[in-house]
Amino acid sequence: MAEKILMKGNEAIAVAAIRCGCDGYFGYPITPQSEILETLTEMRPWDETGMVVLQAESETASINMVYGGGACGKKVMTSSSSPGVSLMCEGISYIAGAELPCLLVNVVRGGPGLGTIQPSQSDYFQAVKGGGHGDYKMIVLAPASVQEMNDFVDMGFELAFKYRNPVMILSDGIIGQMMEKVELSPMKPRWTDEEIKKLHGSWATTGKDADRNYNLITSLDLDAARQEKFNQKLQAKYREIEKNEVRVEQTLCDDAEYLIVAYGSSARVSQKAMELAHEEGIKVGLLRPITLYPYPTAQIQALLPHLKGILTVEMSAGQMIEDVRLAVEGKVPVEFYGRAGGMIPSPEEVLEAIKTKLVKK
Amino acid sequence: MKEEIIIAGFGGQGVLSMGKILAYSGIMQDQEVTWMPSYGPEMRGGTANVTVILSDSNISSPIVNTYDTAVILNQQSLDKFEQMVKPGGYLIYDPNGIMHPPTRKDINVYKIEAAEEAAAMKNARFFNMIVLGGFLKVKPIVKMDNVIKGLKKSLPERHHGLIPQNEEAIKRGMEIVQEVNKL
Amino acid sequence: MIMDIKDIIKPENLVYQKTSVLTDNAMHYCPGCSHGTVHKLIAEIIDEMGIQDKVIGVSPVGCAVLAYNYLEIDWQQAAHGRAPALATATKRLYPNKYVFTYQGDGDLASIGTAEIIHACSRGENITVIFINNGIYGMTGGQMAPTTLPGMKTSTSPYGRDTSTMGFPLKIADMIAMLPGVCYVTRQSVQTPVAARKAKRAIAKAFRGQEQCKGLSFIEIVSTCNSGWKMTPVDANKWMEEHMFPEYPLGDIKDYLQ
Repeated sequence: MAEKILMKGNEAIAVAAIRCGCDGYFGYPITPQSEILETLTEMRPWDETGMVVLQAESETASINMVYGGGACGKKVMTSSSSPGVSLMCEGISYIAGAELPCLLVNVVRGGPGLGTIQPSQSDYFQAVKGGGHGDYKMIVLAPASVQEMNDFVDMGFELAFKYRNPVMILSDGIIGQMMEKVELSPMKPRWTDEEIKKLHGSWATTGKDADRNYNLITSLDLDAARQEKFNQKLQAKYREIEKNEVRVEQTLCDDAEYLIVAYGSSARVSQKAMELAHEEGIKVGLLRPITLYPYPTAQIQALLPHLKGILTVEMSAGQMIEDVRLAVEGKVPVEFYGRAGGMIPSPEEVLEAIKTKLVKK
Repeated sequence: MKEEIIIAGFGGQGVLSMGKILAYSGIMQDQEVTWMPSYGPEMRGGTANVTVILSDSNISSPIVNTYDTAVILNQQSLDKFEQMVKPGGYLIYDPNGIMHPPTRKDINVYKIEAAEEAAAMKNARFFNMIVLGGFLKVKPIVKMDNVIKGLKKSLPERHHGLIPQNEEAIKRGMEIVQEVNKL
Repeated sequence: MIMDIKDIIKPENLVYQKTSVLTDNAMHYCPGCSHGTVHKLIAEIIDEMGIQDKVIGVSPVGCAVLAYNYLEIDWQQAAHGRAPALATATKRLYPNKYVFTYQGDGDLASIGTAEIIHACSRGENITVIFINNGIYGMTGGQMAPTTLPGMKTSTSPYGRDTSTMGFPLKIADMIAMLPGVCYVTRQSVQTPVAARKAKRAIAKAFRGQEQCKGLSFIEIVSTCNSGWKMTPVDANKWMEEHMFPEYPLGDIKDYLQ
């Protein structure tokens, strides 16, 4: 068995990036995720794997460097926290519109505005529903442990290249700052330029060889009819993603009377609340969406026949609950418990919410 | 076995690294661990704290409201965390700078004059290891050889020469910790 | 003897031909616009250097957003002002490619100032072609940071009043002082002589990437006869009389061999 290392979620992202053959990281410091860039510059991967690590002048520049790197057919990524990701939204829209693969990490902090540096999940809408302009979708992965911070880097790149689509790891200050033990992924070599030509030469800007037409990376088409066709193509891709890529973890859901739906850190807190509820004889299950887009709508629907009620737990004023309600279609009550602005719900608070909002109703 | 610990004091006292060594020691004996710090500007000289959980089974929430043990190194932290120790739990504090000592009678209270001892040892950097020793005496949840392994893992290699002195400080802490209130 | 046209059009009589690096697409630029000339110069250089498979261009937002329709090379089309960021990543990831951005003055000198300044500051080993016509062309002739004092545009209809609208921004002079920049020159393409000089400058910048000395920057002082509301001939004359005193031609910095 591989050695288990104690590390922060942020450090795990950095180490996983190097190990999965990432070609370039472009980022700008912001709490609570600066350890990602710090760890990368400390580890100097450019000596070992040739990975480029660059501190950009802003998040705007970072995301556009990622655009350029993704256009090259390379595995590139950036990371930031909420205000920085807001600044990146223009670029994310371009990347989605140009159908480029890339990995983005948002270690979410409380907002709005400069908000707080404490953990939050109030960027769910921004990540899942758009953020930038236009009809686009990112694949959104929600890690609930440091191990998943590690694992989702490689998985994120796989998905990004499979669909030529931006993938976001939507984390938060708890998962980013917390240390847990991690089993590192095996080392994967970076793709050589020749391999990139073979794999992605049909679309990436690898240099126009004589045997092919020139490649163009753009999101622009001034002809509305063609732009609509392109939008339809994007939507078809998103339907494909929805069909294939839903990931979810269910704990004690089979005979549950009540269900908690929570992701990331909130799922960890909710798991403890579920344990406390079972001690009191309340049959609660936990459904943890791992992909926030595509959303596990069908998995929630399958549980409805034996459920009396659902509690959505979030570190926000209530964002994911809208997707839960869309799935439930009014068939059972969907209640909410959340803390906002950087506050973290406690397991006892969640247990109390189960009792007052679901059981006593 | 599951132990939920808060270690709290001033930034710079080695609160976070003590927690890290404890967590690594847990890994060395195949336990699940979480280490969740307070973070941000408050770390630069203000109060700092870290929640460490060691468990034989999976750890659900890394954030808890009540603790099996609180290790307290300044007054602000005592004021904040004394009430959050589970009844029957443990509170270990350094009386240095404490104007209002703990008052609860439903918990076990120990004190350790670690700051004074570190001054006597002429090395303030061993302060947190003395405290760790006190904790391990009261709560022997990790074996000493696993602590040494944990130290090796969490210290950068250039500091491995200091491990014997760290071990000595831990042992000194075990000797000087005093019982204040035993249930 | 009367020659038949078929006797004239023969390979051995060929004195000039369009480079194959230029596509056959009809350009969307207005008659008299400088863009077409600059495109042609770049295409010829790529052809002459034999680097078509090693060039990656980054097009801006502005009239030249569609530059990718005219040069047979791999292109990335950037968000407004961000071309130097794309080029940074591209060159870092493909250090042996020739990477250039092609940007107008609205793109580079207004919304994209941070990206160009920092690409220069980091000494990115790329070439920047900067088309300065003192106006936003594509959006219909609005004031740019480079608009001359007193110059009328659709957003300075009474002339640019420097007391409220600021002064022309001389980006080339600004970046020339940065150690990461190896070559800064200001050229124009309104006459064959000027175009030949501009071509030499662009070729020097492209070749300069092999020396890894930092960023090379070629400003082309240009016309926008549509935006300026002049005939092409008048626009060239106006440029010489009004733009050149504000943006004098010539090398500002040259550390290339």
